[in-house]
Parts: sequence; structure tokens; C-alpha cells
Amino acid sequence: MKMRRVAVVGAGMTKFVRRALETADELSWQATKMALDSCGLTLDDIDAVASGTAPDAFDGVHMNSEYLCPGSGGWNKPFIRCYVGGGTGVMAVIHGWYHVASGLFDTCLVVCEEKMSSCQPHPQGAFLTIFDHTLERPLGPNLLWIFAMEMNAYMQRYGLSHRDIALVTVKNRRNAKDHPCALLGEDITVDDVLNSEVMAWPVRRLDVSPISDGAVAIVLASDKVAHRLTDKPVWIEGVGWSLETAYWTNRDLSYPQQVEEAARMAYQMAGITEPRKQIHIVEPYDPFDYKELHHLEGLLLADKGKAPEMTALGITRRDGDLPVCPSGGLLGVGNPIAAAGLMKVAEIFWQLRGEAGARQVPGNPKRGLAQAWGDLMQVGTVVILGVA
Amino acid sequence: MSERIPTYPGTPLKERDFADGRVLHTWWVPKADYAWDAGVAIGKFLAGLKEGRILGITCPQCHRVLVPPRMVCEHCFVPTSRWVELPGTGRVKTFSICTVRWDMERLEVPIIPAVIALDGAEAPTGGGGGFMHLLGEVEPTPEAVRIGMRVEPVWRPAAERTAAITDILYFRPIKVSINST
Repeated sequence: MKMRRVAVVGAGMTKFVRRALETADELSWQATKMALDSCGLTLDDIDAVASGTAPDAFDGVHMNSEYLCPGSGGWNKPFIRCYVGGGTGVMAVIHGWYHVASGLFDTCLVVCEEKMSSCQPHPQGAFLTIFDHTLERPLGPNLLWIFAMEMNAYMQRYGLSHRDIALVTVKNRRNAKDHPCALLGEDITVDDVLNSEVMAWPVRRLDVSPISDGAVAIVLASDKVAHRLTDKPVWIEGVGWSLETAYWTNRDLSYPQQVEEAARMAYQMAGITEPRKQIHIVEPYDPFDYKELHHLEGLLLADKGKAPEMTALGITRRDGDLPVCPSGGLLGVGNPIAAAGLMKVAEIFWQLRGEAGARQVPGNPKRGLAQAWGDLMQVGTVVILGVA
Repeated sequence: MSERIPTYPGTPLKERDFADGRVLHTWWVPKADYAWDAGVAIGKFLAGLKEGRILGITCPQCHRVLVPPRMVCEHCFVPTSRWVELPGTGRVKTFSICTVRWDMERLEVPIIPAVIALDGAEAPTGGGGGFMHLLGEVEPTPEAVRIGMRVEPVWRPAAERTAAITDILYFRPIKVSINST
């Protein structure tokens, strides 16, 4: 298959906040304008727009991405919206990638926005319909159940303690202190996590990322256009995505197989044969602390059950051998669902360009991976970025 | 965030801003009613529950006994064929002890959701068969509940059953093990 090379050439984002004054449309505009300005383009230079927002139920607006298209620049252009739950922010980049890789367009904006705060009294209400209407909803489930049961299965399988897992929250909140858009950058301890309120055992309050509002945008360009725009293009070297069966109770919940499938697809495209040597920084999806560990294993960057040990040894710190969530992740920066996934791609872009300021990973990293995950614990989405 | 960009947009609000009327906003309460067909496979499964029976269906190709039952085995992508009645007993595949409602209100009595791996629905391929339900007659503590615990269904009285998943009230630990394997 002959595909064109595609580069990320610009990125922008808003602050991630618990509740934003700005509307979804206004947040999208702010992120989009910043992304265009960062690479010296105007909307006239953009051939197509790929957009992602999570469930319409959050906003109470049907066709939400289309509704906010004035702000995302999607008006009067080929426009596509995707939604694969938490996997959306990375999936939108994959959509943008094949718009350009196919040869159909030379430039594509990717815009992800989430305004979770509108849904009252709590945005979790918008998630209740993820459960099977006949077999599960009569039991009165909430979204925490599936995370709590997955975390429990993971802990039991490998004999992990909560202490092993809580280190992730501590690390990511500390990393987020250096992110000017972060909601929860602060120094906390493992005991703070272990003493926080139980929500759905084993999940405690500080195991979970905060609900947030925010928007992120990036600009993709074909090889020839990218070289005209910047001397520091960041190439999309590989993409991968995969979906598991909807019968989640039939799966092995201690391992995210769908993430491994997505990673293998992306590694093959990128020509990566030894991911632990060839990936220098990674932004795995971390809506809960154990999920970062789960995903490091699914991405084949840690042996099964060994990601907690890597964390305890400091390997995943920003100055460690494999920096993990140098941005601060969803746990620290915030979790406006679709925007959070795209924030991870933007972070790899800034890191590989050496622009991450106080968050900059040392040692001139050349290749990074961003991953998201979602639906009914079903989908894995992976993008690998690299610089020459 | 790039160090080339000095400031970032986005204006944070507090709950008080709404309570005190400092933010203009509009409120809407949707009303959405649905009636979902159970479908062919789940319809038969629910009819079984009304009779106090848990049914699975077999894939003719991989021989998995699939629970929840479905008309097609997604692994082999062939139609399923033979219904089988399962003993109803099983083991706890994983569980949580939930102390909050979906809107984050505290629950006075915690509930224990669990994935039940049913005996007879163990699969040669895939992760085992079963469904989510609740545990009862056990202390809601991580010490009392454990993964691998043997459980059995507690049925709603026959006259009160409605062919719903709630015809099983909950699963409870099997206290005396007849077969110690």
C-alpha cells in the first residue's frame, strides 16, 4: 500500500478546568486558532477537518461536533467526526492521518473538545447507557464498577498492592505541576491516595482523573507541505487501532488485549521491532492510575504484571529511562475525554520538538507513542510520532 | 503546552458562580423513554430465568457454551445452535465493593457488583462465560469477598419473576462444598 508521509506541524490547547465559562464552540476556536498560529497557517490553508467529541449526552447536543464546527474550522470543508469513547482523541488523529496519507488532502486540522461540566448533577449520568439495557442496567450499575472490577482483576492476577498502583497518581500529579494548562498539578504522597475516600473498592478518589472541560487541536500536513512550513516536522510513523467484543464479562479483564492489537499494528507500520528500545517517551491513557500500568503492558513496553515495578524503580519518571506521561496525563492535567487523548499526541509533538519547557524530557527523545482506550473497555488507539 | 506560547485560554468557573447567579445559563431536563426488545437469544435466556434456569448456547464450531447467549459466535462468526442448561453455580471472576451511586451520593449499604464465571460456560477459547450480577449474604469487605469464591444464584420467588435479569436476586457464597475440587 502506497501512503504519503504525514507530519504534525502545529498544536494548541486550552487550559483544562473543572468548568469553563467558554462554550464548546469557543473552547474549540481557542485551541484551533493557537494550533494554526503555531505553524503560521490560516483556515484557508486547511483542506479538511477531523473532529472528536465524546458522547452527545455530555453536552445534551445531538451531533455535537457538527454543532461546534464554526469554532473548529470545519465549516464549508470536508469534515468528519469520530467517537470511540475514551479512545477518541487518538482516533481523531488517525482519521486525520489517513485523510492526508491517502493523497486526498495536503492539510488536515484535528480538533477535539469536551465540556463534561454541562451534564447535571454529574457527567457519569451520561455513561450509564454504556451498559446492556436488558442484562446490566436493571442492576443499577455505574461506570466506576467496570474500572474497579478491572483493577481488582489486575491486582489479583499479579499479586499487586494498592500502594504499587498509587505511585502512578503521585508521579502524574507531580509532572502536571509543570503544565500551565493542568487542573491538578501538585505534590501528593502515596498515603494521600490510600487514605482518600473509597468510591468503588479498590478504586479511591485519588485513583481517578478529574472531570474537566477543555479543547486541543493539531495540524497535519503532507510531506511536501510540512517541509515548507517548518524545519521541525514531527512525523506520524505508525498508527493502530483495534476493537474487542462487546461481551466484556467474557474477557480476561487483567490484560488489555485490544491495546496490544493496536500497538502491534502501529509498530509494524513504524518498522519497530524492539519497542522498549525504540520508543523513548510514552503517553499511555491514564484515566485511572492502574490504567497507565495496564496500558504499558498492553503496549509491550512492560512485561505482564511488571509495570508497577518499573514505576517503583523510577524508570517511568520524566528523567527515567522510559518517561511515562511526562505531561502529567489525565490524572494530573485533566480528563476532558476526547481532548485528553489529543493532549497526549500534542505532548509527544512538543517533547520531540524540544519545546516542552519545564516538562522537557532530557536526552533529545526521537520517538514517542500516544495511546488512548475506551468504549466498553473495548478499543485501543495508538499513534507513534518521530523526528529524524 | 509549548514554551513558545506564554499564555493559554480557558476561564475556570466555580459551583458558587452558578449558585449565586453570576453565570448566565440555561437548564434543561430531558425525558427519553425507550422500550428495548430482548431479541431472540436474550429473549429465550430471560424466559429461562423465569423458570429458574440459566441457559447457554453452544457454538457448533468452537464448542464454546456462550453466556450471555447470542445468535452468532463472534469468534467463529457462525450461527450458534444448541441450547444447554447450566447448573447456575460459578465463581467470582472479579468484583468491586461500591459505596457511591452514579451521581457520587454515598450509599448507606455498599453493593457488590461481580462478574460471575458460570460452571459449564468455561471456554476453550476466550475468557470464560458469564455475566455481571450482584453478590449478597456476604460482608461487603475485601476480606470477606474474594476472586475465585464459589457462588450460587438466589432466585426471586417463582410467582414474582418477570423474565428479567433481576429474577436472580443475587449470587451468594456456597457455604458447604460438596465437590472439593
